[in-house]
Amino acid sequence: MRLNKILKNTLLVLTACLVLSACATKKEVATDVQGQMQGDVYTGTDTVEYLADGVPDRVFFATNESILTTASRETLRAQAAWLRKNPNINVVLEGHADERGTREYNLALGERRANAAKDYLMTYGISSDRITVLSYGKERPVDSGSNPLAWSKNRRSVTVKAN
Amino acid sequence: MTKKILILLFILIPINANALIEVDITRGNLNPLPLAVSPLSIDEESRKGFEKILKKENIGSEISNIVENNLRTSGLFNPLDKKAFLQAPDIANLKPRFEDWNLIKAQALITGKVNYIEDKLRVEFRLWDVLAAKEMMALAFTTVPNNWRRVGHIISDKVYERLTGEKGYFDTRIIYVSEEGPKTQRIKKLAIMDQDGANNKFLTLGNELVLTPRFNPASQMVTYLSYFKNMPRVYLLDIETGTQEVVGDFPGMTFAPRFSPDGKKIIMSFAKDGKSDIYTMDLENRIVEKITNHPSIDTSPSYSPDGKYITFNSDRSGYQQIYVMKNDGSDVKRISFGNGLYGTPVWSPRGDLIAFTKLHKGKFYIGVMRTDGSGERLLTENYYQEAPSWSPNGRVLIFYRETKTNSKGEGFSAKLWSIDLTGYNERQIKTPTDASDPSWSSLLSN
Repeated sequence: MRLNKILKNTLLVLTACLVLSACATKKEVATDVQGQMQGDVYTGTDTVEYLADGVPDRVFFATNESILTTASRETLRAQAAWLRKNPNINVVLEGHADERGTREYNLALGERRANAAKDYLMTYGISSDRITVLSYGKERPVDSGSNPLAWSKNRRSVTVKAN
Repeated sequence: MTKKILILLFILIPINANALIEVDITRGNLNPLPLAVSPLSIDEESRKGFEKILKKENIGSEISNIVENNLRTSGLFNPLDKKAFLQAPDIANLKPRFEDWNLIKAQALITGKVNYIEDKLRVEFRLWDVLAAKEMMALAFTTVPNNWRRVGHIISDKVYERLTGEKGYFDTRIIYVSEEGPKTQRIKKLAIMDQDGANNKFLTLGNELVLTPRFNPASQMVTYLSYFKNMPRVYLLDIETGTQEVVGDFPGMTFAPRFSPDGKKIIMSFAKDGKSDIYTMDLENRIVEKITNHPSIDTSPSYSPDGKYITFNSDRSGYQQIYVMKNDGSDVKRISFGNGLYGTPVWSPRGDLIAFTKLHKGKFYIGVMRTDGSGERLLTENYYQEAPSWSPNGRVLIFYRETKTNSKGEGFSAKLWSIDLTGYNERQIKTPTDASDPSWSSLLSN
């Protein structure tokens, strides 16, 4: 069952790679603000903190989306490995949205994003008992700017140690 | 602890049924009705009495200023400059010399008298039709002196109702979220004020994040979202006693609360496993019912005034749109089909319209549509604004707007604004701090 899910994820990752490389050749101009965005997903490291060496604490999302990108999956696999090595650590997944949406919808969207991350951690063997989901909607941006780059940094799910 | 405000009200003289002046409020009013609000007359002894307890030099003038300000901000009336008045307040209240008021082009006249009787504030006022040279209405109130602002609001409501044929909205309060500090660490508190911005009071200290307070239409209860102990939950607050309690026992985030029109239920969203569904909880027997059941985000529910229908916001079509269903969750119909995304639907207290926020091409709009989705009208466009709330008479919407001076986000501010249903008369409501998420109360009296 688990193997099945992993295979499915790998397939998804492969498809995502194909789609992305196809896009990249078509419109290179739209892909970055100083190389920090791909599409409208943040790919920079400015705001990223580390749970441990090589374990970034957050993943980023496209506007209105809660789909995990290839990079996000890689980050979450690193988090899962770290959590497996540290079985006493529990985490809170804090989901966030950018400021360009109504408050209540964004609360729900933040929850959906954090849950996408939670589901992925669970497919890599982390028990749901160790994970709490918390949405802040658009209430706690990391970047107070009003531009596509700032918004991309704010659309995120951050894994925070709970103990 | 119940500070029930007692205002005795009695009619002095029967209302004259065939008055000539009438204000049409169904259209944008570009020619507000010119009227004169004469200062309420006061004898020297009463003036001194009130000066001592209320620290106001002339309470008669203060009350008439409230009336004047209310009528002006409604956009339907144009109160004339008091300097042009020819007749003294006390004489005008006995018998206005209509030629004098006609001369300054006043079509209506408000006069009155204030007395200090046995530690009470007694106010009488009269509304006159200047052209017809007739009295239209005369009322008197007796109350505790501290209620003087409310007396001004009640007079405004009576005048508004007499001249427009519809209930007023001045003797009301607004609950909202006060905001301070940088956007990345915003401090938010619940705050309440009179409709005209007076008597501002903070209800929470700002220790935890609070959002989306809403009045119970039937009482002075409020429901809101609090991050108390970092758990976002819907709470109930009695603003008279300060008592708070969490609503229901949900294993996760509850949000987007609103009362049913009879005030007996709370309708809200509960988010779990990436899905948000709509639930109700009966406040008497605590029974929780699940109303929607869909893998999408269903939120921002609002009842129709008869309680039979619910409008809400869902992304089940792929994007945020507005839906209407029966109160048991059956017969779900999408009603928004224009370009862009639609959110925060709120049913008008008159029942015929739904107000909403729309996002289209990077701009936010406050608009209204009929309950079947037809007749969409956008009232105001801006960089960011949302969360309309209706005045109790369904004629005015209050909402909040965020502005910035540049794309770095500098000069950020959030303010409350109101606009008439007609799209005219857009006004900022002054608050001591930045403000968001306003909710309008029902009329406090009658």
